[in-house]
Amino acid sequence: MTDATQPTTYNGFIWSESLPAGAHWSGVIRRGTVLRITDIQGKANVAMLINNLEVKNERYNMPDTLKAQKTAFLTTPNMCFSDMGRVMCSVIADTCGWHDTIGGLSNAKTLKAKYGEKDYQSAHNDYFKNGYDSLINELTKWGLNASDIVPNLNWFSKVRVEDDGSMTFIENNSTAGDFVDLRFEMDCIVSLSTAQHPMDTSPEYAPQPIELSVFKAEEVKADDACRLHRAENQRAYYNTKIFYGENPDD
Amino acid sequence: MTNKQFDENRIVYREVVKAGEPWMHEVKAGQRFRIVDLEGNEAVDTLFYNAKDHSERYSATDTIREQGNIYLTTGSVLRSNLNNPMLTIVDDTCGRHDTIGGACSAESNTVRYAIEKRHMHSCRDSFLMALGNCECNHDKAMTKEDLSSNINFFMNVPVSPDGHLDFDDGISAPGRYVEMEAHMDTLILVSNCPQLNNPCNGYNPTPVEMVIWE
Ligand SMILES: [Zn+2]
Repeated sequence: MTDATQPTTYNGFIWSESLPAGAHWSGVIRRGTVLRITDIQGKANVAMLINNLEVKNERYNMPDTLKAQKTAFLTTPNMCFSDMGRVMCSVIADTCGWHDTIGGLSNAKTLKAKYGEKDYQSAHNDYFKNGYDSLINELTKWGLNASDIVPNLNWFSKVRVEDDGSMTFIENNSTAGDFVDLRFEMDCIVSLSTAQHPMDTSPEYAPQPIELSVFKAEEVKADDACRLHRAENQRAYYNTKIFYGENPDD
Repeated sequence: MTNKQFDENRIVYREVVKAGEPWMHEVKAGQRFRIVDLEGNEAVDTLFYNAKDHSERYSATDTIREQGNIYLTTGSVLRSNLNNPMLTIVDDTCGRHDTIGGACSAESNTVRYAIEKRHMHSCRDSFLMALGNCECNHDKAMTKEDLSSNINFFMNVPVSPDGHLDFDDGISAPGRYVEMEAHMDTLILVSNCPQLNNPCNGYNPTPVEMVIWE
């Protein structure tokens, strides 16, 4: 078993790409590959939605992910569950330790109230972009729409919930070089925005750049830490194998 | 919000929803909507849509982020995906309602309990049955894509500061109710949860009452 807090290297590098601060991106990440997201300078936030490439109305489901694993945040060896009882991706390595699942997306109204307005005419490509509009922009390219904006993942951000339910954004959760490795278990459309977390306490509009890199994944063994994490994870993985017409007990 | 007292004479709609049944109804702006947990410990899975444009709907993350708290009670403003106020909780004798536990489905039952539990009745089946049968659905069809993270009225899903999440026994009791006032004409979609495998409804689904008054 690999030490999840140490940098992992994979054979089979496929591609990598840098994304500037406040950008949006979408693409297909195939089953059997690892998507590494790296926080280049620290304090990044990556808002993400995941849809099944073949059956697009199957999508990442926050409640099912949290209930099955009895957690309110993600780190290794958690898995991201779809609304159809399957595993979309597994967190196989993570140097950060806490990724938010409940904070949601910034939108035009909250952004304007917090940071004012900077439009394209005055700032060109440094104009202020928000998470909601950024994801609409990407989802629409795949035939998806506003109804696919569901509670999203916020990689690298931390929101703590006190016993009375109050929510606190924890600053400096992620530092330069932190990364998270997601092994995809399904062919997925991944849509993301590097806009700031909506609860970010910074008084400045200061999103951060990230890097995406994709590697070939090693075969998922029966003793895989994510698969074995809980009986729920094993059953969701079983459902995923069946979806692809494979022997679920392999 | 108006500050009106509950008045039996101003009730415009009243119906008991049996355990495991779906329910769909419109509440007009300014009307009040009360859910009564008749026998206690029931989980009432609820979604809200702008009645004029179903693409605007209740958003769990916008609601909890704007109020800075994951639980709902009196004073909570239920917000849409466009960050607009849809309803405000104006009265609550339970004290806490869940925003992140979501609804049960045949598929999630296989994951959470056992592969063999697929064929037990679930909230998503109830939601889809309501959407499939509702006359409101004839012009502009609503589908599975319209089912986002719902509110679970009367359900208790505590999260601890270290990020642990659990399903606890309910904190409701017979006769407790939650009441909200609508800011916009709102379509309400409910599954009175049939879940038999966890303590969210005390392993015993029971009826609830829906009351709309003005
Ligand atoms: Zn249910």
